[in-house]
Amino acid sequence: MKFIITVFLFFIASNISFSQEKSTLQESMLRGEEIYADFCVSCHLKKGKGFAKIYPPLAKSDYLLNNRTESIKAILYGLQGEIVVNGKTYNNSMPSQGLEPEEVADVMNYILNTWENSSDKIVTPEEVSLVTE
Amino acid sequence: MKKSIYYFYLFVVMHNFLISQTLENNVSEPKNDVFSAVLLVDELEIPWGFSFLPNGSILITEKKGELILFKDNKKQKIGNIPEVYKRGQGGLLDVALHPNFKENRWVYLSYASSDGEPKGGHTAILRAKLKDTLLSEKKVLYKATPNTTKGQHFGSRIVFDKDNYVYFSIGERGARDINPQDIKRDGGKIYRLHDDGRIPKDNPFTNINGVKTAIYSYGHRNPQGLLLHPITGKIWENEHGPRGGDEINIIKKGANYGWPVITYGINYSGTPITDKTEMEGMEQPLHYWTPSIAPSGMAFVTSNKYPEWNGNLLVGSLKYQYLERLVLENNKVTYREKLLPNLGRVRAVKQGPDGYIYVTVEGKGIYKLIPNSK
Repeated sequence: MKFIITVFLFFIASNISFSQEKSTLQESMLRGEEIYADFCVSCHLKKGKGFAKIYPPLAKSDYLLNNRTESIKAILYGLQGEIVVNGKTYNNSMPSQGLEPEEVADVMNYILNTWENSSDKIVTPEEVSLVTE
Repeated sequence: MKKSIYYFYLFVVMHNFLISQTLENNVSEPKNDVFSAVLLVDELEIPWGFSFLPNGSILITEKKGELILFKDNKKQKIGNIPEVYKRGQGGLLDVALHPNFKENRWVYLSYASSDGEPKGGHTAILRAKLKDTLLSEKKVLYKATPNTTKGQHFGSRIVFDKDNYVYFSIGERGARDINPQDIKRDGGKIYRLHDDGRIPKDNPFTNINGVKTAIYSYGHRNPQGLLLHPITGKIWENEHGPRGGDEINIIKKGANYGWPVITYGINYSGTPITDKTEMEGMEQPLHYWTPSIAPSGMAFVTSNKYPEWNGNLLVGSLKYQYLERLVLENNKVTYREKLLPNLGRVRAVKQGPDGYIYVTVEGKGIYKLIPNSK
């Protein structure tokens, strides 16, 4: 009996923490959507498709999905020179946007979980703060 | 029968579609290489603005907050520049010299500044004396308020007219529904001041209570091109539209250029902003681009170095990364041509005192356009 209660409690607790994490992510994505509309959309465009040969896509972008830290670094400090995204080479410069760690985390959560992108780990401001130039 | 009508209909639709596409995208490729682009200043990140000193050296702004003197093929950093708010499109932006710079050494800078309240920043215009590689006697001539953490639309081009009035642009800072149409608020305006920052008595809105009296024209979105027409002495402006609807305007005192009440553009998301492209009491652009080219910088060609381009307008395209040459007849654009394709985001363009055209390109530097001998 005791065992059953313990299992039951454990089950409830894990559900609560799971849904909390989910809502934290959703709130972060919501703030991130605003950041995206403010700082990113004019080049990467509404659906994250970018612009052929000039601005790389974010939607289903192997560069973004496989280079989490490099992507955070790019948003924090800018990105210059050649990168390969989904087999295509881009050689351009993206300036640093002057965003705070919370804002970088929010916009990362938004782009990592929108347009069919998905990521199983939420980006936190602490994680962003640890990324150096 | 039915089928043929259907095909005919489809044909008409396609035909119309193609015609409107060609009209909108009617930018031509040059027939032959009339010039060579030579990289004069290398390794610049975002050379937002530049100006030629009387001795032939160049003052260059780097958006990240550096003022660079390019002299004798060497770059030197100018000291004591103002603190710059670096966020989104904000940073150290344009640099212009007083028309009598040779005598008075006055340099004018535009930049995003976090001075004042609340948290965030807005465009500021500063005057300072340049001595060797140092600024002194700094004075903020104008600081737009209130600050905002929005990343967009600082405007920031500076130009002088023939009577030494200084004009500058400030974009609407991402608040299109509150700033551009309200002359009691900063943003979405062209401003005019005396060279020392005083407000001219004959500015258009000086007798209305509570207005920003430095305003010269309003209803703008984000003007990043401003120049003095070499013959008429009028101020010409270009500005970024939203998606579509970038414009060239001739600036008239007290005029309303319509943003966001009238526009040829739509939202980035594809939804409409307004169904109106014109309205009584609002100015029509001299030219508009749809799709947007994202215009930055603008220059008239008047020198004898490019005789075939005499009187043409050059405009940088950030989005499509080229320099656009526009032929004008009676203030109408009759031909557009794509120069410097795929070189990078063209940020600023000027005709130098030596008559050559100079262009700044992001991630590259400053190019000099040297005509090829025939």
